[in-house]
Amino acid sequence: MVATTNTVVGVFAHVDTTVRALEELRAKGYHDLTVYTPIPVHEIEDVLERDRPVSRVRVFTLLGGLVGLVAAWLLTQWTSMKWGLFVGGKPPIGFPVSPPYIVIMFEMMVLFGGVATLIGMVVLGRLPRFRRSASYDPRFTNDRFGVAVHCAPERSPSVRDILRGAGADEVRA
Amino acid sequence: MSVVEQRHTSTPTYGDVNRDVLATLRPPGNLYFAWMSIVGLLLTCFFLAWTYQIFVGMGSAGKRVPQMWAMYITTFVFWIGIGHAGTLISAVLYLFRARWRTSIYRGAEAMTIFAVMTAGLFPLIHAGRMWFAYFLLPYPNQRDLWPNFKSPLVWDVFAISTYLSISTVFFIVGLIPDVAALRDGSTGWRRRIYAMLSLGWEGSDSQWRHYRRAYGLLAALATPLVLSVHSVVSWDFAMALVPGWHSTLFAPFFVDGAIFSGFAMVLVLILPMRYFFRLDAYITDRHLDYMAKLILVTGLVLTYFYVCELFTSWYSGDHIEKASLFWRLSSTYWWALATMYFCNCVAPLILFWKPARTSPSWLYVVSILVLIGMWFERFNIIVPSLGHDFYPYTWGIYVPTVTDSTIVIGSFAWFFLLFLGFIKVMPSLSVVEVKETLPPPMKDAVHGGHH
Repeated sequence: MVATTNTVVGVFAHVDTTVRALEELRAKGYHDLTVYTPIPVHEIEDVLERDRPVSRVRVFTLLGGLVGLVAAWLLTQWTSMKWGLFVGGKPPIGFPVSPPYIVIMFEMMVLFGGVATLIGMVVLGRLPRFRRSASYDPRFTNDRFGVAVHCAPERSPSVRDILRGAGADEVRA
Repeated sequence: MSVVEQRHTSTPTYGDVNRDVLATLRPPGNLYFAWMSIVGLLLTCFFLAWTYQIFVGMGSAGKRVPQMWAMYITTFVFWIGIGHAGTLISAVLYLFRARWRTSIYRGAEAMTIFAVMTAGLFPLIHAGRMWFAYFLLPYPNQRDLWPNFKSPLVWDVFAISTYLSISTVFFIVGLIPDVAALRDGSTGWRRRIYAMLSLGWEGSDSQWRHYRRAYGLLAALATPLVLSVHSVVSWDFAMALVPGWHSTLFAPFFVDGAIFSGFAMVLVLILPMRYFFRLDAYITDRHLDYMAKLILVTGLVLTYFYVCELFTSWYSGDHIEKASLFWRLSSTYWWALATMYFCNCVAPLILFWKPARTSPSWLYVVSILVLIGMWFERFNIIVPSLGHDFYPYTWGIYVPTVTDSTIVIGSFAWFFLLFLGFIKVMPSLSVVEVKETLPPPMKDAVHGGHH
């Protein structure tokens, strides 16, 4: 099944024609689409995000932040207990936390959360990519929008018609 | 108004943006190399002075009791403060959806990272034997004694390293789609390098989906960081009992001053960039106007803090505090205080006048004065306060030496070397975000408001 998938790419110069093509493709039941845009466009996202869950990057951020927070709490409390010194008349550790350690916990939370967000973006976005996708065109980072439709070979003529009918400048397989 | 309307008639297209940003990376002319030579010369002096200091000892930097913190810590705080405008623009203005940030944020973010990298040199230089800098890391010594996490100096290590890391992450994330655009617009070995750096970004819908979410989350994480970093730096001082330092006012006072000086530095960098790269279509008079207004507002807030500082010292009834203040105002360092008041409180007032807010030459003069004023602010906090504390036998006067002055001046060379290098290898204008502010290309329908 996978081996017999065709990819048809439509190159568009305008946002509204791209949106028209996407709406039509979805109405006809084509859901395996890849859309290339030079910038994130609200109109196109509105069509694509309709039945998708929110990106899971936020899970990475949350876990990273919590790990940082807990790690800093453990680090500061544990190391203070190694030498139970009273500093400035204050006990070595406090429960739930000594006020000065909040600074360390905050910084570690932001650090781990930020790095985890970067990792999340790279992992979920399937980066890094060492080879160019077959349907990619260098114009897609400049001023063209691309719609790649992955479909069965026998349906590719009708996909071409939809793309061309919506106003694609160029359609290729 | 007329200027803004004029711009609208010649709105750039998406293709124009790619072309104009690629044009900034063309091989530079003689002027660029002339600047680089000056910067290189100053940087050589910097390294010579540093080597001399390592060889001879800290006395060559004018370090003696009571001012063990002098020019180095002044300049450290100054550079950390400069960084703040970049994060403010990239994180806070992003969350507030201030669209005008788009054409200046890349330059400002680069400035942040380079400023923090410059600031980071000073604790090492100041520490004298900088090959022991790893002492700053949280690890135990042979007797299982860890750093004192209750010390503001340890907080500072955490705050600065987190700030540098998160600013860099933010910067890298913003660069990925732009570097992909450069990759597709260049050829040969440049193309191969940009292809590697862009991680093979293609701008597909699933990449953008995670990218946008990640960017928003990073902005949300960096926003409290902007406020926290200089607060933590201010606690290096405010947690001590030294008269002139021991004040709860310090955190907001430092943060405001940081943003004030940071925007001045943004203007110092952006105005020549706009002129030499002919970016008037992207960095318009409106941008200058907004930045000038931010400088004006933060300058007025800073003036308020200065008044508060004087008032609380006087009203405290604390004899030592009042004596320290009186000495600062009337004795050896009065001229430094006067320079600070003029540059930070009086000079920005010209920005109430609208033509000054859009005139590059006026803005340049005000920005330079603000930078001088803010450097002197940190000097006035550190040097006179240490020079006149509780006991007369600990009083003293600090005099700069050739060594530490050279190192301070050389730090500017280090910063400009990094920045000048950056603008020729990376897009100093964000391709993606500038396009986002342009009307999207439509064939039939008029672009409806989706905001």
